[in-house]
Amino acid sequence: MFAPAPFLLKDVSVSQVMIQVCVALIPGIAAYASLVGPAILVQLVIATLAALIAEAVMLKVRGKPLALFLTDGSAIVTAWLIALTFPPLAPWWLVVTGTVFAIVVAKQLYGGLGQNPFNPAMVAFAICIVAFPALMSQWPSVGLQLSLIEQMNIILGWAPRVDALSGATPLDAMKTALKLGDGSFDVATLLANQDIYGNFAGRGWEWVAAGYLLGGLWLWHRKLITWHVPLAFIASLTLVSGALWLYNPAQFASPLFHILSGGAMLGAFFIATDPVSGCTTPRGKLIFGAGCGLLAYIIRVFGGYPDGVAFAVLLMNLSAPVIDLLTQPPVFGMKDKA
Amino acid sequence: MDILLAISIMALGAVVLGALLGFAAIKFKVEGDPLVEKIEAILPQTQCGQCGFPGCKPYAEAIVNGEEINKCPPGGAEGVQRLADLLGREVKPLDAEEKPKQVAIIDENTCIGCTLCIQACPVDAIVGAAKQMHTIIAPQCTGCELCLPPCPVECIRMEVIPETIDNWKWKYPVVEIKAAA
Amino acid sequence: MLMNLFKFKGGVKPPSNKLQSNHLPIAQAPMPSRLVVPLHQSIGGTPRPVVEAGDKVLKGQVIGNADGWISAAVHAPTSGTVLEVAMHIRPHPSGLDSLCVVIEPDGKDKWITRTPIDHKAVPPADVFHHLQQCGIVGLGGAGFPAHGKLTPTKGVPMDELIINGAECEPFITCDDLLMRERAEEVVRGIALFRDLLQPKTVIIGIEDNKPEAIAAMRAAVDAQKEPFSVVAVPTLYPAGGAKQLIRVLTGKEVPGSMRSTADMGVQVFNVGTAYSAWRAIAHGEPLISRILTITGNVHAPRNYEVLIGTPMGELLALAQPHPDTDGILMGGPMMGFLVPNPQVPVVKTTNCLIAHDDRLFPPKAPEMPCIRCGACARACPHELQPFEMYWFSRAKNFGKTQEYNIFDCIECGCCSYVCPSRIPLVQYFRFAKSEIWAREREKNASDQAKTRFEFKQLREEREKADKAEKLAKAAAAQAAKKAAEAAAAAAESSASPTPDAPTAPLVAATTDAPSATVTPENDAKRATIEAAMARAKAQREAVQPKNTESLTAEQQKVAAEIEARRVTAHLIEPEPAAPAPTSEKPE
Ligand code: SF4
Ligand code: SF4
Ligand code: SF4
Ligand code: SF4
Repeated sequence: MFAPAPFLLKDVSVSQVMIQVCVALIPGIAAYASLVGPAILVQLVIATLAALIAEAVMLKVRGKPLALFLTDGSAIVTAWLIALTFPPLAPWWLVVTGTVFAIVVAKQLYGGLGQNPFNPAMVAFAICIVAFPALMSQWPSVGLQLSLIEQMNIILGWAPRVDALSGATPLDAMKTALKLGDGSFDVATLLANQDIYGNFAGRGWEWVAAGYLLGGLWLWHRKLITWHVPLAFIASLTLVSGALWLYNPAQFASPLFHILSGGAMLGAFFIATDPVSGCTTPRGKLIFGAGCGLLAYIIRVFGGYPDGVAFAVLLMNLSAPVIDLLTQPPVFGMKDKA
Repeated sequence: MDILLAISIMALGAVVLGALLGFAAIKFKVEGDPLVEKIEAILPQTQCGQCGFPGCKPYAEAIVNGEEINKCPPGGAEGVQRLADLLGREVKPLDAEEKPKQVAIIDENTCIGCTLCIQACPVDAIVGAAKQMHTIIAPQCTGCELCLPPCPVECIRMEVIPETIDNWKWKYPVVEIKAAA
Repeated sequence: MLMNLFKFKGGVKPPSNKLQSNHLPIAQAPMPSRLVVPLHQSIGGTPRPVVEAGDKVLKGQVIGNADGWISAAVHAPTSGTVLEVAMHIRPHPSGLDSLCVVIEPDGKDKWITRTPIDHKAVPPADVFHHLQQCGIVGLGGAGFPAHGKLTPTKGVPMDELIINGAECEPFITCDDLLMRERAEEVVRGIALFRDLLQPKTVIIGIEDNKPEAIAAMRAAVDAQKEPFSVVAVPTLYPAGGAKQLIRVLTGKEVPGSMRSTADMGVQVFNVGTAYSAWRAIAHGEPLISRILTITGNVHAPRNYEVLIGTPMGELLALAQPHPDTDGILMGGPMMGFLVPNPQVPVVKTTNCLIAHDDRLFPPKAPEMPCIRCGACARACPHELQPFEMYWFSRAKNFGKTQEYNIFDCIECGCCSYVCPSRIPLVQYFRFAKSEIWAREREKNASDQAKTRFEFKQLREEREKADKAEKLAKAAAAQAAKKAAEAAAAAAESSASPTPDAPTAPLVAATTDAPSATVTPENDAKRATIEAAMARAKAQREAVQPKNTESLTAEQQKVAAEIEARRVTAHLIEPEPAAPAPTSEKPE
């Protein structure tokens, strides 16, 4: 058997790609950890372990080579995205359930690496928020200073889930307040409430977002993602939120708030850019990103869930094949004919 | 009154549309049975009769009428697969052994020129005249083997078409993922 | 150079590895012990051998004549004796044999009489013929006969003549050295092409990693006062692909479906082709040697001038390969292939031999599933969607691969190069392409078989119908005769004077001989039906080979007689004459 050309290969591999994605998440994680405490690191560990075990079991069941696929790192990326999107003090079994579901159902049952039509982490998020809406909306109140031990006790269920946990993300809090709809609150007064909202998007949250932005830019610099999806995501989010904000600044928060809060930045750079479940053509990526931004805004502002990124991404995953089909770029030499 | 009007309008519409459809059916009538043609396009046209029908077309017609799709050995497993795709039927293993493509060769020293093979050849791929040596036009030969039995001196044999640089094909890449040990 | 360069999308930058072999001048390879010259060395018809075993040939003597217009002659690389004209392994990824002329050199290296021509003095047709006779083919890639590309396309004015000195594949430096050392003759060759094609401009494109070659070419162009521009193009694989170079130098994009770039008013030639064309015109030397890079896992990488037909193993030995060398790569590492064994001869399109080992070319990591990262699509110089084509090639859904323009793929290997999942994408595309071609061939064959079969059926039916008609006619004639007789008899017997007597004969006539008036038609119909039934039966029998015994009973006798006669005439051995239905077949 003759080995086929080319004989030279670039030094790249799937695991390298995945590891770099993980590295790019680190600034965001650091900011996040300083905001909500070291609990998030515990969650990361729990999710990673759960993902690897689930993956190993499934690979074994499906008769696939363990060493090859366990080291590809894709399960770790999924696990980290789950840990970062779930509430930081969510009970351990919730994180494990979500991760196992993501790996077993959303990934391996569809055929494993490269075959999943939906982003596994977002499937996990969506399933959990539907099944356990209360737990998935409990965010630690800002300023809640708990030690690592205390946090671990909460996560592991050894300590009662105190009231302090039933806080909400700034995004959720603002929506709830505005939803009261009696005009007693408006964006300005809410934002003036510095306790929750910080300077732009909730105290500390803008730093998390900045961390993700940094990591995302690095990924782009490394050519692991292209600019299309993040730019289109942020642009469309800015456009709709900006339009409504200009229309009624009292009822609608500013674009800056939307971009920097919730999962927008994480979604734009790390979730919507997932190549497997996203679009691949350049124009398709623009449509995909813009769709995610638009849907995320609609769901987070008008829908019933605290954040819309997960559902937006899933909905766009659904339409990705069609978008790809319709946006096939013209091939070399056929540009004027297309 | 209104009701009558409505009904008559609907009726008129129905008549007009019906007439249009009828007209279209006549005007754009598809000649023959397109399905038979599609099936025939998949059958290899070897005309060997191994399916139990006198030629590929009769077999195609029989398939439309419910005959199994796995009876054409020259078409091979791939032919069955493509027929199954076309007809939405289940893929069945081939009802015979798959053979490589062959071509008939007449041993020209032995041939007595009896012309029997000419009559048997479904595609006129044998040339020769009475009492003269016969030969096979290899590119036209479908490898059906129908000329073998009639030959009284058994001077026709089948040869597997050899692989040459002109008909060589790149192989399917080996998938190197091995099952977990 | 004040020239506006364009860019093509995609491309990759593999480590160039050219420095190993480009610092030494071109050396002459020693005469091998045996030369194996394949007849098929260019695109188009396989040249027909014109020598036989035992013939003495001179250096440059034609040993294979061009077969058709798109074909080029093949010559004896040195003087000696033809050992055989036989099937030998040829440098081709299939590892299959093809017809070769094997020559044992006599060591005298004696030339035939060489006839240079003055291309300006003779009509172009003579120049084309001369080039074809000298076996000049494209030395860059596929080996398209040069005269074919030099014939102007009707109706399309030739805008640019592009000379390809890009040499974008890693490791290869033969064009680089050729331009450095023999720039003058290369430029003369370019001028020859210019005279034949009459383009508006001539551009020589050389990758900017070959400054010496660029300088040498510029100097030669200036010395000959030619208006050619020598352009340094950015180093980016595959800038040396014809369509990519056209894009970079002119901005034109030649679609993959367009067979010839001449339809867009551009023609591309390799520098090596220009050089050998000039040797053929000015010195009457046919293409019997070429410059070749020997590099890779060797002590002394270098460029050699090598006779066509030299076994690759002997050449590689010149460069002293390291002991762990485990194969020879012909061509560059991006598009080349491992030759099946070291006996394979050098042909006109062999530009490089690379000693293969696992250090230079690490074994491929296992293939992983595609993660749709799109790296391949970004690297593809033809702006294809390799992962989609891969998906459908893998599933053997060839129709879909064509929808994704698989035939625009130039198999450059950029996609495989960048794929993080290590998918041998190009391999899938080659597989899909050759399957599609094979299917097309099969389809043509089966269509032909179908029409021939239908024609045969038609003819048989017509013969049967003719026969039936004759039968019916005879029957009708007979019936008419009978009826007439009956009528006559009736007339005779109608002596009885009953008033209703006249009806009787009529009735008799109609009942007795129904065929008299109505039935000739009827009979014919019956005959046709019978014929049809017989045909159906015959067909039914035809599919059951058993019938032959009964059918041939008589014929067997005839056959046996003939056989007996032949045996007596000592035409054949008596043994296979027995027409027994045993399955033993003559070998
Ligand atoms: S078995 Fe022979 S006759 Fe029947 S369909 Fe196949 S090729 Fe045609
Ligand atoms: S049937 Fe046999 S003997 Fe008769 S013509 Fe054909 S090959 Fe010759
Ligand atoms: S091999 Fe084909 S598909 Fe791959 S990069 Fe080259 S042209 Fe594109
Ligand atoms: S580079 Fe490889 S993994 Fe990435 S999309 Fe192309 S084929 Fe798939």
